[in-house]
Amino acid sequence: MIFLIPLLALAALAAVPFFVGAYPLGLGIGILGYGVLATAWALFSGPTRYISLATVAFFGIGAYTVAVLADLMPYPLVLLCAALIGLVVALLVGLATLRLAGIYFVIFTFGLAELARQLVTYYEVNVTRTLGRYVFLPIGPEHIYWQLLGLLAVTLALAFWISRAKIGLALRVIGDDPVVASHLGIGITRTKLALFSLSAVVMTLAGAIQAPRWTYIEPSIVFNPTVSFLTVIMALLGGPNRLFGPLLGAVPLFLLFEWLSANFPNHYSIILGLLFIAIVFLLPNGVLAAWDKLTARFKNNEARA
Amino acid sequence: MTTLSRRTLLQAMGTGALATALASLPTFAQDRTAIRIGYAVSKTGANAGGAGISTIPNYLLWVDDVNKAGGLELSKLGVTLKLEVTEYDDRSSAEETVRAIERLATQDNVDFILPSWGTGSNLAAGPTFDRFGFPQLAGTAVTDMAPQLVQRWKNSFWFLGGGHDYANALVDLLVKQRDAGAINNKVAIASVADGFGIDLSKAATPAFQAAGFELVYDKTYPLGTSDFAPIINEVSGLGVDTFVAFSYPPDTFALTQQAVVANFSPKIFYLGVGTAFPIYPNVAGPNHNGVMGVGGIDPDSEAIAAYFERHTALVGQAPDSWASAVTYASLEILGQAITRVGDLDKSAVAAEIASGEFDTILGKVKLVDNQLRALWTVGQWQDGKFVGLAHTEGKAAREPVVPKPAWVPAS
Repeated sequence: MIFLIPLLALAALAAVPFFVGAYPLGLGIGILGYGVLATAWALFSGPTRYISLATVAFFGIGAYTVAVLADLMPYPLVLLCAALIGLVVALLVGLATLRLAGIYFVIFTFGLAELARQLVTYYEVNVTRTLGRYVFLPIGPEHIYWQLLGLLAVTLALAFWISRAKIGLALRVIGDDPVVASHLGIGITRTKLALFSLSAVVMTLAGAIQAPRWTYIEPSIVFNPTVSFLTVIMALLGGPNRLFGPLLGAVPLFLLFEWLSANFPNHYSIILGLLFIAIVFLLPNGVLAAWDKLTARFKNNEARA
Repeated sequence: MTTLSRRTLLQAMGTGALATALASLPTFAQDRTAIRIGYAVSKTGANAGGAGISTIPNYLLWVDDVNKAGGLELSKLGVTLKLEVTEYDDRSSAEETVRAIERLATQDNVDFILPSWGTGSNLAAGPTFDRFGFPQLAGTAVTDMAPQLVQRWKNSFWFLGGGHDYANALVDLLVKQRDAGAINNKVAIASVADGFGIDLSKAATPAFQAAGFELVYDKTYPLGTSDFAPIINEVSGLGVDTFVAFSYPPDTFALTQQAVVANFSPKIFYLGVGTAFPIYPNVAGPNHNGVMGVGGIDPDSEAIAAYFERHTALVGQAPDSWASAVTYASLEILGQAITRVGDLDKSAVAAEIASGEFDTILGKVKLVDNQLRALWTVGQWQDGKFVGLAHTEGKAAREPVVPKPAWVPAS
């Protein structure tokens, strides 16, 4: 039974492209894209409380891999290569930086996204002497939607498994108190590295899958820092420590952004900034935690009465 | 309590569904009150500067011009309708551009969609325009891929040429000057490490070499560079008569100022995007005279002069002398094609754009293989106008002034 409901939900979502027009499908792609990113982000950052702004670095690496390799090999192999490249970069970066903590880690990850962008630009400018790359793949919006849906399902399944496995418990201990964790004999760096890499691979795939939608890839298009910020704010809104938390942040926020940009095209950025501040102040642990707190208070009142 | 709220919810959903169904009913021509034009342009983000100069003012001006003239006549429907605009901000993001076009096409049910600014966003939007069958009038995309893109997206139209057009025209012009003994054989090129700079330098480097020029300096600088003293200082010691920078707007201005400060005044001073902007003379002061760059206009054309006046009156500033007039002309073509077809049939309008000849501010225009091939490629500031020195169809508006006047030192 517990496996039946998610499977039914998955099947229902997979059927969506047969019934809706181009615009709802575009919305679906956007929601799934950010749903995947936010869930993957929370996979690592939720339990460890390391705020990472490197999302777009991996996202962009994925998109670029597709742009470079699309003509050379079949598509599934391209995705595999993208995942491998994401993994290697995450391992290298993780080994070098996961000993950093707090604000240093935040700044480093933000820098990493910029570094990836500049390295790609440098390479393209000086070696290949082309800056834009064209992705002409016979992949329509519905294919992108299905791939993202599949990726989201796998990511959620992984998150579910991790939260119940030993590594999930270890991560939570690290997040609560690294000193205690090391005294318990938890390999702090190894554990963090494993989760960081896993989360990075999912982000890389999310970028790779969405690349054919843009036709033209440029560093400034795929390494757009807004993606990192939106991912963080979505995960924080929903609650990064719950399985469906990031998703519950991604869906309403994405729809809200879309509504804002359709109805207030000239005030979008101002409203967005105010919203970010409001979320951080009012819902520091996410809506799910706020909901639990509210119901707990309600129950207390009942018990007292 | 729970039952009630569920019922309310279902009722609300039912009403919502009904409203959506009603909204998406086709509107009949008789009920039409306007021709709906939609566009998503970059009002914020990295592309906002370019869009604010070459794209948005021309969309506003065209709509204003058409509506002041009473609208467009649709003979098959027996009405003359004004234009009504739905606009969005794509925030300089390719994903937003694509989704905004989907929204315009299926939610707002607009009749025609105008593209966003820049090469990248036009390419990103290509498949979506194609899927919905809208003609795409890319007035601000510079791409050598245009012939292949036309094969792929039948309703796409490319108005601003490719990197090779501009690079080759510049080299041809310099060859003439060299052969006439006006300049020496040494050339320095500095290019911004971004789309436009790379595209042009990739085309220019081999063209210069093939023409027998000696490239004593050919380097790129990163996007966002603000200090150009190292480049100017290095180049000024190399004895070049020709300095070429395939630059972007803030760099174009900074390079000019730095060259004046360092008193590096080569006989030919050529800059990239931004040279044709109306503010360039304000930035460079008296030193704008004789500076060359990409683009140009016909200074003797009355249509262009009238266009400059209307643009200044509506927007508060003159248009740029490269992509602006081309963008406006692409809209004139759209308007005339709609009138000729006589209704709002997208594919008929696209077919007319592809095959017809049109009266525009650029003169008589006929697209070749869905591309505008009559382009000003090299311009020079002369007497307050950025005049065309080279045209893809061979008729120069003015002779180049070489050497350019020496810099007036900054006071």
